[in-house]
Amino acid sequence: MFGLKTDWSLEMPPAYFTLESYEGGAARWCPGCGDFAVLTAVQKICRDEQLPPEKVVAVSGIGCSSRFPHYMKTYGFHGLHGRALPVACGVKSRRPDLKIWVATGDGDCCSIGAGHWVHAIRYNMDMTVMLFDNAVYGLTKNQTSPTTPPGRKTNTHPRGAWLPALNPLTATLGFSNVSFVAQTVDWNPVHLHATLAAAYRHPGTSFVRILQRCPTYSDDMFAEVQKDSNRLLLLEHERGVPAASGLQRMYAKRMEHDPLDMAQARALAEQQDTLPIGVLFADPSRPRYDEYTAQGLEMTAEDRLNALESELDRFAV
Amino acid sequence: MRQKLSEATVEIVSDSGEGAQKAGQTFGAVSAKMGNGVWTVEIIPAEIKPPARSRAGASGIRVRFGTKAITNMGDHADLVVALNEQVLYGRLDQKAYKKGTVVLLESKWATDGLETIRTQFAEALERFEGEGLRVIQLPIEAACGEHTDNPRVGKNMFVLGMLCHIFDRDIDKALNEVKLVFGKKGEKVVAKNQQLLRAGLEYAAKNLDLAFHVPSTASDEPKLVMNGNQALGLGVMAAGMEVVSMYPITPATSASHHVAGSFHKMGGLVHQAEDEIAAVGFAIGASYAGKTACTITSGPGLALKTEFLGLAVMAEVPLVVVVVQRGGPSTGLPTKVEQGDLLAVLYGEPGDAPKVVMAAATIEECFHMVITARRLAEAFRTPVIVLTDANLATGVQPIKRPELDPEWLAPPIDQSPWPKGLAPYAWDETTGLSPRPVPGQKGGEYVLTGLAHTQGSKVAYDPESNERGLKMRSRKLASLQQTLQTPEVHGDPEGDLLVVGWGSTLGAIEEAVDRMREQGHKVSSLHLRMVSPLPLGLNEIFSRFNKVMTVEINYSDPKDEGPYASGAPRRRSQLAWLLRAETLVDIESWSRVQGQPLQPLQVEQALLEVLEATKASAGGKSPVTA
Ligand SMILES: Cc1ncc(C[n+]2csc(CCOP(=O)(O)OP(=O)(O)O)c2C)c(N)n1
Repeated sequence: MFGLKTDWSLEMPPAYFTLESYEGGAARWCPGCGDFAVLTAVQKICRDEQLPPEKVVAVSGIGCSSRFPHYMKTYGFHGLHGRALPVACGVKSRRPDLKIWVATGDGDCCSIGAGHWVHAIRYNMDMTVMLFDNAVYGLTKNQTSPTTPPGRKTNTHPRGAWLPALNPLTATLGFSNVSFVAQTVDWNPVHLHATLAAAYRHPGTSFVRILQRCPTYSDDMFAEVQKDSNRLLLLEHERGVPAASGLQRMYAKRMEHDPLDMAQARALAEQQDTLPIGVLFADPSRPRYDEYTAQGLEMTAEDRLNALESELDRFAV
Repeated sequence: MRQKLSEATVEIVSDSGEGAQKAGQTFGAVSAKMGNGVWTVEIIPAEIKPPARSRAGASGIRVRFGTKAITNMGDHADLVVALNEQVLYGRLDQKAYKKGTVVLLESKWATDGLETIRTQFAEALERFEGEGLRVIQLPIEAACGEHTDNPRVGKNMFVLGMLCHIFDRDIDKALNEVKLVFGKKGEKVVAKNQQLLRAGLEYAAKNLDLAFHVPSTASDEPKLVMNGNQALGLGVMAAGMEVVSMYPITPATSASHHVAGSFHKMGGLVHQAEDEIAAVGFAIGASYAGKTACTITSGPGLALKTEFLGLAVMAEVPLVVVVVQRGGPSTGLPTKVEQGDLLAVLYGEPGDAPKVVMAAATIEECFHMVITARRLAEAFRTPVIVLTDANLATGVQPIKRPELDPEWLAPPIDQSPWPKGLAPYAWDETTGLSPRPVPGQKGGEYVLTGLAHTQGSKVAYDPESNERGLKMRSRKLASLQQTLQTPEVHGDPEGDLLVVGWGSTLGAIEEAVDRMREQGHKVSSLHLRMVSPLPLGLNEIFSRFNKVMTVEINYSDPKDEGPYASGAPRRRSQLAWLLRAETLVDIESWSRVQGQPLQPLQVEQALLEVLEATKASAGGKSPVTA
């Protein structure tokens, strides 16, 4: 009677889910915003993987990019600025059956939420974290973000940002127990999709930095890299984004990079003239906190009450 | 012949690490098993390891026990065992002793090799005798040393034996308790400690003419002995919660320790987050996904959780937040009691953030309130705050063993399909309540948001939607209020003075009121458990008294004191502030913020003053109630 009857398994549903199954309200980002492309890629992956919409949870903080959950026809949690990751970890802690997508901005993740970023990477719970890096605060109208390049004029630094920009890739690769780091760009839907798909399939926290154009405040931010494909270095590997002729035609600079090679991953992440895209690091063997947090889920109410009775005995007089 | 006492208060004080607390706890447990009422409270230095023989470094324990139930630590100790003289200074400053308090003082310091120590000892003796203490010097460590090679470690059990003789404790029960305490360390250790206990007992019988008897009434009712934080931890388990998400902070942490010690046996998880913001965020995430979670904290942690609490109110996420209060603001008095967070939990968030707030008054309530809190959180789709404090956290008392009820446990997560067309916030116009979809429920997909939203959880900036959301969330409290019982008055339902309190001060207030009533004063008291919403019927109760006052452990400007006292509006203590606003009654307030639990005598004196002032100002005229 008290048995906890919940089926955690992800059965292949009889229904066939289409893209529409995941399309929430019409997205209201500015025309030309890079966020649209990410939304479409995620919806496609959900469709490709045939995820039941009720088993998908999109969690975000606050910012333009954090509107993401509203445009998914799944469960969503649009919480507080900087705090997407603790919420996502809590959701996952006792619900191994749920598939988690986290949307976070460069201000959200690398500034106000930076503490959680360090620790969520270390927890390495199974989820996909998408850093929408437009190198500027969008929602609050063009303030400097941690990833704003020095010299760039913003409303808080009209004479140009002063500090060196924070590099989310080297930072994340430096956090203990990191298990997956990738980089992609919003303007190449094929690469974006392939990278996010690799991230989704990775067991553990997959951190994907997406270079994302803000047509209103940072339209020119990535103009050079966008124009000159030689500024990008395509990383290929069967355990990362596999070589595909479509992508190879677009990028002259390519490199076979084993995602288990942390030293090379760090070196690549440091590069400024040629930006690596693809999977920099992936180690599926890293310990996952969600395997610890979900322990005991199978226990029945009787088990619990019996254990509690003997707990009370310890205090008996 | 033993002298019969209805109760006694005993202290053991020492440098930290001398085992005084273990001896006192064992003494308390033996007394509880004999059927005495008991209240045990630890004397904790603020530092982890204060230097030896330091005045402020007193570590130890007070045990108050009696024939009837004991609800607080009482006023002054009758007898204290002190392992050095310096630690007594701090206790004297805290007015722990009275004229005639017997001090059994370790005498080895009188002949210490260091002259400074010998001088200190002599000076102390003079001071203590000046204070009227009855000091009996005893070579405790030396006497203990006749029975063990290591009297520094063993003397706490020797002291326990002395106390067992002095207060006529059941020796078999005492020996058995020693076995329980040391059982894990093996038979040899048990036997050694039992031997020291017997030795202490014989030593006291031979060398002291102190012999008392505190009658007890044995009962068959199964009892548990625990402190408030242990009760909280057990309450979390009995409530069927599976996630405690926390960040260490005194004096709340030990509650999480107790949970961590055995939660895995019940399939539960203690998540130690990277900070309090993450702790509450993680708890909210787990709650959103169907497992109502608990976060346990104290003042500074509460401050950090504020933004998330607002989100939980706004998005109607069930959540249990336990606040074990300590002195504030800021880092304040980390190990000591204060009731300073009442208004912070009520009004700490920007915007209007109505939530349920309860305050435990006893250790037993620490257990039961958590269970109620989870049920209310889910039924009303809201965060529920349970307030306790450092006094409850460390006070130890026998309580009735609860009969566990499967109904207390959280039901399994509902994963059935969500009814077609039902909105995620389908507010009932009368109650403000709405059923909540949980991830995994097919057809219930919605996006929880902290932005103003419609009942469909769609972001809405229009004037009506915002106001409607605020109204519905407030209505939930109004409907809960309708179900609350009006609290009972302790004492006569009418009279000259009504004292209103909340939280851990219950025992001291009621004891003071009882004493005054015995002296013929028309004084009663009322203790609030539910602070938000407040129960109905308070105005009616207040109208039957000439004067109403609160007694609290949070700051208020003292009456008629200070440079600006003359009639200017004073800053009031927090419950007084709240009740004045809610009832429009001119409520008097009295408070103490010395980091100490209230003592009955203090309260008695405060009540007498207010009573006299009220009588004087009324001048024999009719009652002056608003
Ligand atoms: C506690 C708090 N501080 C500040 C804000 C205001 N705020 C909202 S979004 C944002 C920054 C958004 O930048 P980013 O995270 O880079 O996301 P983007 O809008 O560029 O996608 C700020 C500062 C807030 N909502 N909450």
